Amino acid sequence: MSKTMNKTTVGRIMKYIKKYMFFVILSFVCATISVITTLVGPILTGKAIDELIGPGKINFYDVKWYITLFIIAMCITVLTQWIMNVLNNHITYSVVRDIRIEAFNHLESLPLSYVDSHKHGDIVSRIVSDIDQFADGLLMGFTQLFTGVVTIVGTLGFMLYINVPIALVVVVLTPISLFVASFIAKRTYNLFQSQSESRGELTALVDEMIGQQKIVQAFGYEDDALDRFDKINNTLEKDSMNATFYSSLTNPCTRFVNSVVYTAVGIIGAFSAISGKLTVGQLTCFLSYANQYTKPFNEISNVITELQNALACAGRVFELIDEEPEVAEPGDAKVLSEATGEITIENVDFSYVPEKELIKDLNLKVKPGMRVAIVGPTGCGKSTLINLLMRFYDVNEGSIKVDGTDIRNITRESLRDNYGMVLQETWLKSGTIKENIAYGNPNATDKEIIEAAKKAHAHSFIKRLPQGYDTVITEDGGNLSQGQKQLLCITRVMLLLPPMLILDEATSSIDTMTEIRIQKAFNKMMEGRTSFIVAHRLSTIKEADVILVMKDGNIIEQGSHKELLKQKGFYYNLYNAQFAH
Amino acid sequence: MKQVLKYFKNYKVKAILAPLFKMLEASFELLVPLVMAAIIDNGIKNGDKPYIIKMGIIMVLLGLIGLACSITAQYFSAKTAMGVGKELRYDLFKHIESLSYTEIDEMGSSTLITRMTSDVNQVQTGINMFLRLFMRSPFIVFGATIMAFTVDVESAKVFFITLPVLIVIVFGIMLISIPLYKKVQGRLDKVLLQTRENLAGARVIRAFGQEENEKEDFAEATTELTKWQLVVGGISTFLNPLTYAVVNLSIAVLIWKGAGQVDDGILLQGDVYALVNYMSQILVELVKLANLIIIETKAVACANRLASVFDKKSSQVYKEEKVAPVSGAPKLQFVGAGLCYKDAKEASIEGINLTVNRGDTIGIIGGTGSGKSSFINLIPRFYDCTEGSLLIDGVDVKDYPKEQLRDKIGIVPQKAVLFSGTIEDNMRWGKADATEEEIDMALDIAQAKEFVEGKEGGIKFRLNQGAKNLSVGQKQRLTIARALVKKPEILILDDSSSALDYATDAKLRMAIKEKTDNMTVFIVSQRSSSIMHADQIVVLEDGKIEGIGTHDELLKSCEVYQEICSSQNKEEVTDNE
Repeated sequence: MSKTMNKTTVGRIMKYIKKYMFFVILSFVCATISVITTLVGPILTGKAIDELIGPGKINFYDVKWYITLFIIAMCITVLTQWIMNVLNNHITYSVVRDIRIEAFNHLESLPLSYVDSHKHGDIVSRIVSDIDQFADGLLMGFTQLFTGVVTIVGTLGFMLYINVPIALVVVVLTPISLFVASFIAKRTYNLFQSQSESRGELTALVDEMIGQQKIVQAFGYEDDALDRFDKINNTLEKDSMNATFYSSLTNPCTRFVNSVVYTAVGIIGAFSAISGKLTVGQLTCFLSYANQYTKPFNEISNVITELQNALACAGRVFELIDEEPEVAEPGDAKVLSEATGEITIENVDFSYVPEKELIKDLNLKVKPGMRVAIVGPTGCGKSTLINLLMRFYDVNEGSIKVDGTDIRNITRESLRDNYGMVLQETWLKSGTIKENIAYGNPNATDKEIIEAAKKAHAHSFIKRLPQGYDTVITEDGGNLSQGQKQLLCITRVMLLLPPMLILDEATSSIDTMTEIRIQKAFNKMMEGRTSFIVAHRLSTIKEADVILVMKDGNIIEQGSHKELLKQKGFYYNLYNAQFAH
Repeated sequence: MKQVLKYFKNYKVKAILAPLFKMLEASFELLVPLVMAAIIDNGIKNGDKPYIIKMGIIMVLLGLIGLACSITAQYFSAKTAMGVGKELRYDLFKHIESLSYTEIDEMGSSTLITRMTSDVNQVQTGINMFLRLFMRSPFIVFGATIMAFTVDVESAKVFFITLPVLIVIVFGIMLISIPLYKKVQGRLDKVLLQTRENLAGARVIRAFGQEENEKEDFAEATTELTKWQLVVGGISTFLNPLTYAVVNLSIAVLIWKGAGQVDDGILLQGDVYALVNYMSQILVELVKLANLIIIETKAVACANRLASVFDKKSSQVYKEEKVAPVSGAPKLQFVGAGLCYKDAKEASIEGINLTVNRGDTIGIIGGTGSGKSSFINLIPRFYDCTEGSLLIDGVDVKDYPKEQLRDKIGIVPQKAVLFSGTIEDNMRWGKADATEEEIDMALDIAQAKEFVEGKEGGIKFRLNQGAKNLSVGQKQRLTIARALVKKPEILILDDSSSALDYATDAKLRMAIKEKTDNMTVFIVSQRSSSIMHADQIVVLEDGKIEGIGTHDELLKSCEVYQEICSSQNKEEVTDNE
């Protein structure tokens, strides 16, 4: 399994590298030149030393000549080596950047059900740590693999030049070390994989516990968190130990194999020397080359373990990239420019998990400009309805139409552009207040931004912040109160004025005084716009054209406030229960 | 750095044995040429085949011993590195848990997460490679230099120039790279932040159709990271070529000087050969060292980043010893308390004076940003009073040990946060050994029992990341239940029923009143209906108390309260028409 997995992973990495093929070739050329000049160096120094026969017999002119050649060769080596290093850096980090960006971009196209059901820490670990480890491996691979291969070929040439039969012995025996290396590598791949997995698990826990550190502390959960952490940490240590230790066996093992080869060459060479087929000088020269020849094999085997880890990490990243994206939009998907706001929900069935149906046969017709309030006990499916309207999730059966077109035939972007959404859960991006308000329309002018803030009654608190509209909101809006965050979310929508609105408990954390004022702004905004409002305050609900009473995923009553009261049904009871203070 | 080094304490023996075995292996490696020389000098000269074979076997044996030494060394270094890594992570996690809210606000969680994962990994790799290789290279470099002196003192002086130059190059590059590498990790923090943020805000991003912009932002952050990686990488690219140049120039000088000395009859040809050989040996080792230097540079930079987390001490110090309540003291007493957040322009709340009796319900109401949450944050000592003080049971909160203080208080934060795991797991947060009855009771009071029972598996129902498979109202009720499980003396509801409908909210308040034992309750709310029955209502505006009293009293005396109520009553009046 690991082998095929390996192959596809390698193949895919190659695809990313292809883009930089020119640099790869250039790097290889540089590697070749630098290895050749490196091998030539000792020959030149050797010749220079050969000139030093004894006192008074030295040809200084020749010595100078060889030294000059040696320095020239050295300069070439230095230059090509440097260029090669720069190229390898460039290739590696570019490839890594490309993969990282692709992984992230893919994340943006994954269905929300993926994001909702996977641990964020694990995804983060893939995009950050795994890709990082991959970078390390790849860089090492590039720098050492190339020079290694060229050195092997180069020394092989020199050896063949000296003595063919013994050279052949070396050629036949040395690859044994590669077999040993790949034997170990194959077995350690799985170890590296489980190391990556444990790391992902640890990141997921850290992400949750450190990310919510305040809650952890508030509940005195520190020790329990530490216990849980300790458990995963211990597993990670064991996995890392296994992966690191077993993979580190490669190098000593291959070196042992090489020393056996060296001995074999020595013995055979010595026998040949006895029978006069080889001079002693040739044998020593040969042995030194045999030594040089086996070294790159050691280095390569070293790199192979490093690459094994890199591959395991890359595999996890590709796993993410391979996740099924959202259902593709049909080629002729309509771009909804400015919807009139007519929405038809027909026979819709939906459930998050197949075993448990949630919405069954839902039907609803909303005329343009209608104000729809959704009420019902907590957990009755209000948020689910919003998920479906925004197409965060697709219906299982039936259809939802906007202006007569099934929303599955409308581009997601244009559909969502037509909705303005304020959720109870406030999410702000780390950045300035201004950037956050202009989130849906980055080209908004300062004047428009301030105007929207005034409408949402956020202007006065923003003004009082240290840097006003340029105040930087820290991670997760830590320096703002929940109500202030909500005001910003409302401002964000106020700036856009889309044709349809979804307000899900949009003002739950805002004080009533401000809320009433915002409500007025909303009312003005909602004129002529189809809007869906989830709220608890009756004033908001009462002014709605239609009230949908939901229970257990179904609309059980619908009509205006007065009509519903007359029916004396669920709504009537709900209404009375709420206001029987 | 020091903080990281102390982790070797438990691995002293292993950390010494690893390089020792590595050197042993190197020594056996050095014996091989001697055996080979014996083969040539004795075996070939005498044509003694059995002797050659005997020597061959010795060489293989030497190889085997080397193999054993090296595996032992790898084992000890891996054991040390992974062990140190584990302990570092453990202590780091523990340390982060000890930080107060002020420090958490200041640092942000993303960078803490990179440090816990990526940075510790780099340190771990650094230690592993250091133990495996670092002893060997200097050993051989200095060994070769000493050997050169035994050949000829005059010529060996070249080594005296070469060696410092090499040291300057190696450490110079290291010193330049370390701060730059820190920058790289800083950029990595940003990449992580972007990723986390995008996962958390997936809905909003898509609702606003900002996927493309987010992609651009991410690409920008990544490109920035790449840029700095290339800068640091660019500096390291000089390492190998520079050392190569220095060593080879020295070789050229050795030969040239050697030529003169041979000509004068001071040196023999073989001596020059030996000197050049020693220099070459240094080069071979330095090339090996270069890769290691890059790894170590990263490791040191990361270790420094870890150290800076360890250096961040909690701004709050807790007492160790349990304190006994002062008898007869009120449950809570705010004495001129105020709070000004770090780096904030003005105080969030100031001059708070309030006395709360056991079993009382306190309502806190006020506009957005009026300081309600800041007020509440003082009670569990999430933040320290920057003026005045707060006493619980007659004892200053600063005199309580952390556990004793937090045990008294059950808090339901504004943001309903639950953790992945079963409902039961979440319920046990405040009290690990809670019985099923206790959990059941808490769920009942929190009005969560009905929907929990409706879930598949009841309290064994699994919540996913961020409890996305529950509605906000359901989450809120579970967070309330979670706080109730441990039966706290003081319960704080920080606007935590905002997603509940009025009926459920009313039932919840009733249940808390009836089914708990003399619990002191703080309710922060926007709705006057949620707090109107409280024993005392605190009206906050712009961080100051505008009025304290019962509903009726405040209606008479407090203008701000009148406004709040009238705005909400209007609603109720019109509702009841």
